[in-house]
Amino acid sequence: MSALLIRDLRLALRAGGGFGLGLAFFLILAVLVPLGVGPEPDTLSRIAPGILWVGALLACLLSLDRIFALDFEDGSLDLLATAPLPLEAVVSIKALAHWITTGLPLVLLSPVLGLLLFLPAEAYLWLILSLMLGTPALSVIGAFGAALTVGLKRGGLLLSLLVLPLYIPTLIFGAEVVSRGAQGLSVATPLALLAGITAGAVALLPFASALVLRINLR
Amino acid sequence: MASFWEYANPLKFMRTTDWLLPVVAMAALVVTAIGLIWGFFLTPDDFRQGATVKIVFLHVPAAMMAINAWAMMLVASLFWLIRRHHVSALAAKAAAPVGLVMTLIGLITGAVWGQPMWGTWWAWDPRLTSFLILFLFYLGYIALWAAIEDPDTGADLTAVLCLVGTVFAVLSRYAALFWNQGLHQGASLSVAPGTRMDWAYKAPLYVSMTGFGLIFVALVLAGTRTEIRARRMKALVARERMA
Repeated sequence: MSALLIRDLRLALRAGGGFGLGLAFFLILAVLVPLGVGPEPDTLSRIAPGILWVGALLACLLSLDRIFALDFEDGSLDLLATAPLPLEAVVSIKALAHWITTGLPLVLLSPVLGLLLFLPAEAYLWLILSLMLGTPALSVIGAFGAALTVGLKRGGLLLSLLVLPLYIPTLIFGAEVVSRGAQGLSVATPLALLAGITAGAVALLPFASALVLRINLR
Repeated sequence: MASFWEYANPLKFMRTTDWLLPVVAMAALVVTAIGLIWGFFLTPDDFRQGATVKIVFLHVPAAMMAINAWAMMLVASLFWLIRRHHVSALAAKAAAPVGLVMTLIGLITGAVWGQPMWGTWWAWDPRLTSFLILFLFYLGYIALWAAIEDPDTGADLTAVLCLVGTVFAVLSRYAALFWNQGLHQGASLSVAPGTRMDWAYKAPLYVSMTGFGLIFVALVLAGTRTEIRARRMKALVARERMA
């Protein structure tokens, strides 16, 4: 399992792996929004939680099709499917690798972008915490979407159409944590619900993804 | 009537629906016509809403069928996944566009109704929001069906998507409820259908709900028959090529 994780990380980090694309996209979004909305700190700080969460969501989406597509094309996915390691574990590892290369950097970058968007000082902790809790769900749900569309030629657009609706609960609770934190309200409920969604998705969705992969590899 | 499982045989299904479809279609036409004419012309105007209240006879049945169509797709997907009921998979495929249109009718009539009553075409009310989300789920489901060439793979993948999508659609429903309360502190625009409604409205409403249900059944049967024929055609073409 760790060998697979290290292999996936290496592939993602080395040239042509697309690492950093998502991050750059996140940055560009945080630059474009003030240009579109106007530079008033009041407006920006009010919409900052939502923008940052939506940005994280879209940045995550960018690299989803890489989770399985390359391995599917060169046949290593067939190899992994017939390996003694259960396919559910393969899916989980690949989602984890996606999170380490996309979700985690997003979490680390988000405070800087919060600065650009005048995020209120009280909200930084909640921003990092909510993204830390929420982005694993984004990767796991995304892996399910990637597994669904792995055999398709024009899978990319379809992937976003399939995955974005599934991201809605995570987005709602994640952004709610940050905006409540910014207003100094209690964040316990949305935080618990966000963690619940992530826990449920991480525990159950790999089974659905593995099932779907088996169908696609048939 | 034969057992439900025998209708996994397309031939059997076609033979039964040969006579069943016209009957259901006629019944749908008649019942919907009665419900709508009764509702539109033979009910009194509401003392506050005036004639606009009559949109309810389109709005509520469409909204109801939008949700029921998804529920039917869920059940049909389960039948396909568990028992490999071929016709069931095709019925789920046929139901999706109907559900999509029902959702759209619900949204549009809601907007037309909301404009004079609430003064706005759209509000980010939890009910409205979850309906828009349901619309997105339908779009994704239909797009996935359209993208996959092999019919059995398509049936499998869309069935799994339907199951997972159901969980997330329900989650989104409650998330939207939570999200809106977070913004508006319980100020709600939504009207609870059926409550405090006089029988003068309720009776035609129930009739047109039945009518919409029958329309749905008729359209799904027709769609399933089309799918079966399309598949048979494909099989014939393939056989020609082999020979």
